[in-house]
Amino acid sequence: MPTPLLSLKGMTKRYSSVVACNEVFLDIQRGEIHAVLGENGAGKSTLMKMIYGSVQPDAGAIEFLGQTVSISNPKEARRLGINMVFQHFNLFDTLTVAQNVWLGLDQSFDLQTVSQKIIQKASAYGLDIDPQRPVHNLSVGEMQRVEIIRALLSDPKLLILDEPTSVLTPQAADKLFTVLRQLVLEGCSIVYISHKLHEIRELCHLCTVMRSGRVTGVCDPRQETNQTLSQMMIGTQPVQLNKRDSAPQQIVLQVDQLHLQSEDQFGIDLKDLTFQVRRGEVVGIAGVSGNGQRELLYALSGEDTRSQHASIAIEGQSVGALGPHQRRRLGLHFVPDERLGRGAVPSMSLAHNLLLTRTDDVHASGWIRWKQLKLHAQRIIDQFQVKAQGPQALAQSLSGGNLQKFIVGREIDAKPNLLIVSQPTWGVDVGAAAQIRSAILQLRDAGCAVLIISEELEELLELSDRMHVMSQGRLSPSMNRADADVQTIGTWMSGLWDQAVEMRA
Amino acid sequence: METYVLLFASTLNAGTVLAIAALGLLINEKVGIVNLGAEGMMLCAAIAGFAAVVNTGSDIAGFLAGMAAGAVLAGIFGLLVIYLNTNAYATGLALSLFGAGFSAFVGINYVQAKLPQRMNYEVPWLSDIPWIGSALFKHHPLVYATIAFAIALIWFFDRTRTGLVLRAIGESPQSAHALGYPVRRIRWIAVMVGGSLCGLSGAYISMIYTPLWVEGMIAGKGWIALALTTFATWRAARILLGAYLFGGFTMLQFHLQATGIEVPSHFLSMLPYIATIVVLAIISRNPQWIRVNMPASIGKPFFPGS
Amino acid sequence: MNFIRLEVRPLPSDFWRIASPVLALIITVILGVILFMALGKDPIKGLQMFFWEPIRSPYALGELMVKATPLLLIALGLSVSFRSNVWNIGAEGQYVLGAIAASAVALMAERNTSTWIVVPILLAGVMGGMLWAGITAWLRDRFNANEILVSLMLVYVGILFLNFLVFGPWKDPAGYNFPQTKTFESITNIPKLWPGSRVNIGWLLALLGAVVMGLFLFRTRAGWAQQVGGLAPQAARYAGFSSRRAIWIALLVSGGCAGLAGALEVAGPVGQLTPYVPVGYGFAAIIVAFVGRLHPVGLIFSSLLMSMFYIGGELAQSRLGLPKSITGVFQGLLLFCLLACDVFMAYRLRISRSAKGAH
Repeated sequence: MPTPLLSLKGMTKRYSSVVACNEVFLDIQRGEIHAVLGENGAGKSTLMKMIYGSVQPDAGAIEFLGQTVSISNPKEARRLGINMVFQHFNLFDTLTVAQNVWLGLDQSFDLQTVSQKIIQKASAYGLDIDPQRPVHNLSVGEMQRVEIIRALLSDPKLLILDEPTSVLTPQAADKLFTVLRQLVLEGCSIVYISHKLHEIRELCHLCTVMRSGRVTGVCDPRQETNQTLSQMMIGTQPVQLNKRDSAPQQIVLQVDQLHLQSEDQFGIDLKDLTFQVRRGEVVGIAGVSGNGQRELLYALSGEDTRSQHASIAIEGQSVGALGPHQRRRLGLHFVPDERLGRGAVPSMSLAHNLLLTRTDDVHASGWIRWKQLKLHAQRIIDQFQVKAQGPQALAQSLSGGNLQKFIVGREIDAKPNLLIVSQPTWGVDVGAAAQIRSAILQLRDAGCAVLIISEELEELLELSDRMHVMSQGRLSPSMNRADADVQTIGTWMSGLWDQAVEMRA
Repeated sequence: METYVLLFASTLNAGTVLAIAALGLLINEKVGIVNLGAEGMMLCAAIAGFAAVVNTGSDIAGFLAGMAAGAVLAGIFGLLVIYLNTNAYATGLALSLFGAGFSAFVGINYVQAKLPQRMNYEVPWLSDIPWIGSALFKHHPLVYATIAFAIALIWFFDRTRTGLVLRAIGESPQSAHALGYPVRRIRWIAVMVGGSLCGLSGAYISMIYTPLWVEGMIAGKGWIALALTTFATWRAARILLGAYLFGGFTMLQFHLQATGIEVPSHFLSMLPYIATIVVLAIISRNPQWIRVNMPASIGKPFFPGS
Repeated sequence: MNFIRLEVRPLPSDFWRIASPVLALIITVILGVILFMALGKDPIKGLQMFFWEPIRSPYALGELMVKATPLLLIALGLSVSFRSNVWNIGAEGQYVLGAIAASAVALMAERNTSTWIVVPILLAGVMGGMLWAGITAWLRDRFNANEILVSLMLVYVGILFLNFLVFGPWKDPAGYNFPQTKTFESITNIPKLWPGSRVNIGWLLALLGAVVMGLFLFRTRAGWAQQVGGLAPQAARYAGFSSRRAIWIALLVSGGCAGLAGALEVAGPVGQLTPYVPVGYGFAAIIVAFVGRLHPVGLIFSSLLMSMFYIGGELAQSRLGLPKSITGVFQGLLLFCLLACDVFMAYRLRISRSAKGAH
């Protein structure tokens, strides 16, 4: 066996009571695309940060080309030839592409030289980017290209990518794979962190599976199936959802030619959105983040009241100018994607957080019926299997999955006519994710209208009866679940639904 | 004409005081730290500078003492806010309150003290030009140094790599940290540099501007300097202009009194404060404008360990 | 940085929430002792003056309550404001305007006016403070102007206005040209609680205010909504709470409390309007609010503590010849120490050997 490029021996990292990484051993060969697979909280990101020097291990050793090395900060990692593209970009919006790249390079070139190098590198790999553009003008996919070019300019021997396709359309993801394969041909190794099974099977030579901080298996993903990989990742068979056919009835939510300028000057304007959601159906809206989903949700929930009054209607009643409180009285309940800070107040108890959207336990005069409130919160905790120390537990003490279960539970418990959910299972462990999805389907079967906006295409395909795609503030026509395929959706994510409809006709 | 020349000259002087402090605060805020303790630092620096001159007779000693006082106080502030993650606003307020009390306490023996004779500075030859000479060329060297410094700051933030790093840290300390920059150390140094400039301004007030020591003599100039960085939208050139504008308002009250306008002196004294409020209101009216120019990390705590 | 590290606690420590102000006080006292020794004064006498003299007789306790009344009142209002994340730093100005408004009513009294004139005097104080704070609220609401700077600027304006009145139109013609109004008729005096002491019903009002504030903040949805606005503005928006209303409530409540305090001072212990009305209670109350953890019970303790500092400072001046401004030094030190000790609420101290990749 040739000396591995990178060898991790017994890497361990603890955060107070949680062991994020527990005696992890990992070998990466030259010219290899090595996947690291695991669900949220498995320890993948922590492990990568230790390789990149952002985080220091509590125990263990790193060997690079056979030599033991100590990587105490990212600069040293880069000097060895290790570079990383994070899931959350480290870019500065107010600076240009060239300035951003310049800040990430260690050599002392001047700005002019860096700009030229960017253009050279970009064309060598077919990545199109203008060095003088300010970063806030770029789409999310273009921002990732800047990160990749920045990494490439340091001639890496090892490139780590953390969930790179979460911000890409399926077509853009294919393009990325081409770039990665070219890199490997030139001698660079790649560590590919993902939880997307089909991508790993398509792209990677070797896969290390992690669960709860430990390595649970190493395999060749090309020989495995989704089921076997999933088994290694979560330890048991994934829960099958029971999905009955929908029988939609009258319209609950009607959005009619909604035009809205973004509040934020870097945001997306909504253009001429029209769609409905009926009782007893789940409508999904797919799309890469940054295409207007945020703005649409603010308009639907009532947090933004600048919409034309008649452009949004609940059960026939215009609500465009009404606030969240009034919309809730009409039966609209909303689960936002930001849990701590928007869906719940982190430093307050679960019982207090119940008051955010529910007034059942408050006397008309405003007096809080404290005992009643606590019992109510406990009921929700029990019904939705939230692992918490009780209604007095602070929201920030719950894990992401459990807090999400509580918030979803809080809104479902209100017996809404219309439930809008954004990113229902982002950052949530597989067990809780299954519970949440199942609760949503139960709600649909009970006759509620459900609207889900998510970047996880698989999740939408699993849950929705009908789907739209959002792109640049516009909405595609509706597509039935039975007719949906990933290729078409990918095309629509680029806004090209008129052509696609023509081609199918 | 004579009075206008006098007004112009005194405006430059008064404006310099605000400009030095505001430029120091600008450096702070560019890296994302707001130091509400400006008033307290300036008070302590004023007494430090004054006392140094009284005891040593040297102006240089006075300026250095003032800068040191500002830097030390800013350093303590920086330790608390940057390394211990205390609330930046509360800590800055604490600094202002402490500075007010401490300077009053320490300065009790200097209330009647007098400084050695103040020098008259003149740029040779240029200061003999009629009218313009008196308006522009008979000032303390710091007045000219301030203008030069402002220009240097503009070049620094726009063109140099260090300036770019500071701006990056001010926008997103997490990203800068992920790239490997020692964010906390750089911020701390920036805060101390800013503090020393506030100190320089405070010393200038008690040594040159109104050469005496009285409890509370800064009279809100530290707060006005803070307001200046906001309505100059964090640009050095605008800070300079704004400072002179406000210096002008301060001087206007004396000018109006001299011209015999029948307004009670107390209302004239309100001018700089009311002007600050009005300009703040006008500038803040468009929240977009502020948000675009404001260093994005101001007010948000930074935890490198995550 | 390697041997002593700060580690984030998973949950903020309840123990340190109470322990931190106590530790901060202890550190301040230690620093104070050092300061006294450095100045060549007997530190034991110093400790005596600050912590024993103010409580050793019923009269002394009465004086303690007299000083604590304005501090507690203002701090109660500031607590509502700070919990809403509205930083009203200009309480001193609102206090002055309350005093001015109250004086306006008090000056109208004659020898045979009914004792009930005390009520409109106090109400005028509340109105005056609310009006002054309302300016800040309007500028923040309509123009998005930073309330810290605006309310502070208004302090300077308010004090200048006070000076204008007492040097000018309200100056007592029989007052030997001193800048002060004529002494208010004795009938306007705030009723005292018991004879032989200067404590007046203001103290009762302050305690009542603490109860009302506690109920508002912790038992009503409106009070809770104010705090959500301060802790998580996005969540407040999600819930549908009006941030504009929250700003107005925060500023009007704190302005009204400060104005009431001003009225009580000027119609109570002082008995006339002078340029010495602004003594810094508005700023000291900020420290009272923080040390008392923005909680009504804590505020009662911290306002009494702060008045001990004031009385101790006065005694240090008259008996030890130290400047009165030593009070300000200790107040500032206490706040600094509190902020530093508060670190322990969110962090744990870890003493460990450097463990960078042990082989």
